This record gives sequence, C-alpha cells and structure tokens, in this order.
Amino acid sequence: MNATNLHLFVLVVPLLSALAINLLGRRSRQWIAPMVLGSLAFSVFGSIIIMARVIEHGNLSYTVGNWRPPYGIELVVDPLSALMMVLISVVALLASFSSLKSVEQELPGREHFFFTLYMILIAGLFGLVLTGDAFNLYVLLEITSITTYGLIAMGRGRAALSSFNYIIMGSIGACFYLLGIGYIYILTGTLNMADIARILPTLNAPVATATAIAFALVGLWVKMAFFPLHSWLPNAYSQAPTGAGTMVAPLMTKVTVYLMVRVILSMYTPALVFTHEWIAQGVVWAAAFAIICGSVLALGQKDLRRMLTYIIVAEVGYMVGGIFLANANGLTGSILHIVNDALMTLCLFLVVAAIIYRQGSVSLVSLQGIFRRMPITMAAFTLGAFAMIGVPPTCGFFSKWYLILGGIDGGHWEFVIALVVSSLINAVLFFRIIELGYFGSLQDGDHHGPPSTERHEAPWWMLSPLVLTAVLLIVVGLSTGPLINNVIRLMIPVGF
Amino acid sequence: MEMIVDEIVAKYNYWIYVVLMMIGFYAMIGKRNLMKKLIGMNIFQTSIILFFVSTGVKKGGGIPIVDKYQALAGNVDAASIVNPLPHVLMLTAIVVGVSVTGVALAVLQRIYREYGTLEEDEILEKLQR
Repeated sequence: MNATNLHLFVLVVPLLSALAINLLGRRSRQWIAPMVLGSLAFSVFGSIIIMARVIEHGNLSYTVGNWRPPYGIELVVDPLSALMMVLISVVALLASFSSLKSVEQELPGREHFFFTLYMILIAGLFGLVLTGDAFNLYVLLEITSITTYGLIAMGRGRAALSSFNYIIMGSIGACFYLLGIGYIYILTGTLNMADIARILPTLNAPVATATAIAFALVGLWVKMAFFPLHSWLPNAYSQAPTGAGTMVAPLMTKVTVYLMVRVILSMYTPALVFTHEWIAQGVVWAAAFAIICGSVLALGQKDLRRMLTYIIVAEVGYMVGGIFLANANGLTGSILHIVNDALMTLCLFLVVAAIIYRQGSVSLVSLQGIFRRMPITMAAFTLGAFAMIGVPPTCGFFSKWYLILGGIDGGHWEFVIALVVSSLINAVLFFRIIELGYFGSLQDGDHHGPPSTERHEAPWWMLSPLVLTAVLLIVVGLSTGPLINNVIRLMIPVGF
Repeated sequence: MEMIVDEIVAKYNYWIYVVLMMIGFYAMIGKRNLMKKLIGMNIFQTSIILFFVSTGVKKGGGIPIVDKYQALAGNVDAASIVNPLPHVLMLTAIVVGVSVTGVALAVLQRIYREYGTLEEDEILEKLQR
C-alpha cells in the first residue's frame, strides 16, 4: 500500500466490502458483522494516519486514471477534509455496532441488503469530502442520496411514503446544484474546484456568477434541510429503520453543510459569495428564523425521535448562519459545530436505538421511569442533552460560544438572540424528558399499564458505542483549542 | 416585440430548457398523483440534459474525433469541433437519473401494495383513519 494514496483506500475498502457483504452475507449472516466492523476500523485508522500526515506535511492529492488536473478528476485532502474523514469513519464505526444489533431485530433475513446500502453510503460520504471536482461532487451526492432513499424505505409503516417525498425533494436539490455547475462550466470552461476558484474572480460577469452561486447553494440547502426547505427531513429520519437513523441522521446533513463550506471557500471563493452584503444578511436572518422555528416545532412533538429530527433542522440553521456571518469566529464556530453536532446527534440517536431495541417505542409517554430500567443509557442521554443545550465542558458549549462571538462581531443580534432562545428551548425539551424519565410517576401510567421498574439495560453491542460517544462529547469539548489551532484555523481564508 | 422574438429564436434551445423545467417543476409540486410527480422529476432532469448539451454546441462544429498526434502538436482548431465534455457529463447524469427513477419506482410499488392507490389525497385519508 503506497503511502501517498492511503486516502483512496479509505474510500475503496468500504465500497468493496459492500459487494462482499452482498455476496457472502446472502450465504451466512455471520459474515456481515466482521466485514462491516473490519472495513470501518480500517477506515478509522487510515483517516487518522492521513490527518496526522496532512497536518504535518500539507495537502495530499490523487489523480484518478492518470488524467492530470484540471482535466481529470482529482481527490484532494486538506486539513478540513481530513477532519471530516476522521469524523465520518468514527461516527460510522460507532453507529454500525448499534445498527448490527437493531437490524437483526427489525429486518431479519434482510441484513445483507441493509449493510450493502450502508457501506455504499459510507463510501459515498468519503468520496464527497475527498473530491476536488465539481461534477464528481454531484454524482457522489446522488450516490449517497440514492442509498439513503433505499435505507429509509426499508422502514415500516409510512417509511415508503416519506422516502418518496425525500426522493422528489432530493432530486430537485441535486438538479439545482447541477444547474449551478452548468453555469460555472459555461463561464470558466473547467470543473476542477481549484481551477474554478482561480478563473472565476478574473471574469467580469457578476450576474452569471451570482446565478451560478444561487442555484448551487439553493440545491445544497434543499439537501441539508435548511428551514423553509426542511419538510422532507422529520418524516424521513423518524420513520427510517433505527439502524439507518443512527448513521444517516448524524452524517448526511453535516456532510452537506461541509459541502457548502467547501463550495464557498474552495470553489466560488468567499469574496464572490459575500459581494452583496444584503444577501449574506438575508441568509443570516433566514438562519435565525430556522433556528427558532426548528426549536419551537420540536416542542410540539410527542415522540423523542421526531423531536430530535426537528432539533437537527434547528442545528442546520446554526451552521448555515455561522458561515454567512462571514467572519472568522462565525466560520470557526460553524466548522466546529459540524463535528460537535455529528457527535451529539449520534449520541442521542444511539440512545433512541437502545430504547427502541428494549421497549419498541420512544414516545414520551413510554419514557416514564426509564432511568430505573436503563440507567447507563439514560446517563449517556443526559450527557448528550447537556451537549445539545450547551453546558460546558461538553463540546456543544464551545461551538455555540464561537457562533455567538461571530454573531456579536458581525453585529447580527438577531442571530445571537436566536441561539440563546434555542438553547433555552433545548433545555426545556430535554429536562422535560429527564424529569419524565427520572421522576415519572409509576402509578398513573397510561393505557399500556404501569411501566415496569425492573432493570433491563440495552445489550453491550449498543451500550459500549453509546458510552464511548458520551465520553467523546467531553473529550472533544476539552480538546477544542488544539482542534481549532491545528485544523480549523488553517482553513479560514486570509482577510476574514 | 420583434426583438423579443429574435431573442427567443436565436436561443430557442435555452428557452425550451426553461419551459421544460417549469413543466417538470409544476408536476413535481402541483400534481397529487405520485406517479405524475415522478414523471415530472424525469422531465425536470431531461431539461437539464438539454441545457448541458446546448452548451457544447458550436455553429459548424464537427465530430470531436481528432488525430492524437495532431492534437498533441496543437494543430487542431478548437472552433471546428463541438465540445464533447458536456455530452460525457450528461451520460453520467442520465445514469444517475435512471437509478433515481428505478429506486422511486420500487418505492412506489411498495406504496401501492400498502395503500392500494397512488393518489396522495387518498393515501393521506387512509393514514388518518
């Protein structure tokens, strides 16, 4: 294995294991777990090595098929994409432990189909953060989306209908992005991101450039469920099989936010995106609106998983707003929040998976007295909830801190207020559940009869990744300083 | 008036792309039948293919098959051949479109088996009951 193209192997190993899982998993179920965990563990080690190397020696690149860039497709690893690779591989590995268990229960006999899609999705996500080619990005975006459609449609009940709505919305998003790329290609005659960033500022075509930027950004906003365009997300994520939700919910929206950062920083260049100040102002206002609306809608939900999906919608508002503040603190906060939010969402969805595995439902009513039945799971839930609210020293506090600093720097008080209000609403949301789970009366139970108080903890396959994620929330929170100095600061463009 | 007509005739392929795109968009948003929504999605994707292919066209352009050594020596006049890259990109986009349509049809089949209809209103009615 050549040291310079290790990042290609990180992408290819999950892809090939997807094929192997389909062929061997058909014969015998016991092949699936070692192959999923083995290839993901390889990806984790590979991406950590790559990250160390990128920080030490600078960017890596790989030319696919020996067609030199800017003509051929280039895979580039810079500090930000290395960070995303580590994040994706760690989240996917932790989620897969839990998924293996819950898929065994929910989709017996169809595990090999599930994990084939699962591994292709992970390979697609790696591709998204690696690629340096604008059109290749579209293709990979569709690969990840198509596998997600399939995974969601495997759920029960309304899942197929939700998946269909997601297909329609997702295709509109992808087509808009493709149109944006079309205009860029007409303008510059190239599809390589670095080349576009070099040529685009030299052209004097403000209207065409603005059209191209607008199409691509709106397309990505649909894909990441930015507030007015979010309607597909809550249904799709809450009706997916539990095993799919634990991986899709933390990663898909976050990687799309990363793509927006990538497109703004490395392709369209910040100078061009933020030329018209009123547009950036408008997007920050929309983000503040998204945060408030997502949080308020979360208040109205009667099911823990649906509540979490609306919190995801609010969190997307945090990150989009942070980027469009167009200052160093806001951008730092957004990139940090991509990492933190992925881990927080993972923690909470692992809790959901564990509870569903034991009692089949996460409606708020069924959570009464849950602390006595599943104490370790709920301890981790409390940590995850603290991170979402933003209690120091969990990681959620630090990214929110940078976002608020960015809001003050940019004079966007509406964004600061939205962040604070959303933290308060999150506190209400989570303390309501903690109260219900801890003090929830056992006598006046609902029509299901009084909930049992017997201790019935989730299996180790689900508990160990959950505890590890909860610990990671604090570890990442405490290592915020080195993370910013060694990785994120390198990505902030000059003059910000 | 004449100027507008001239403008439309001169760039008629781009106008067709916009019209097709709006038809597809309307079908996706406005129609209540899930199959019609899917057809709308296909029209939408087709309009983008038309747009991309239009960008490669040159007046009087020939087939982009050239002698390798002549091309390497720089003896090929770029204006005399059409740009093949948008066509190649659209081959990939067609493949993507076909896969999305395939997945969507499979999902529609599941919906039909579950609810016995593809009308969104009737499905929602059944869900509320």
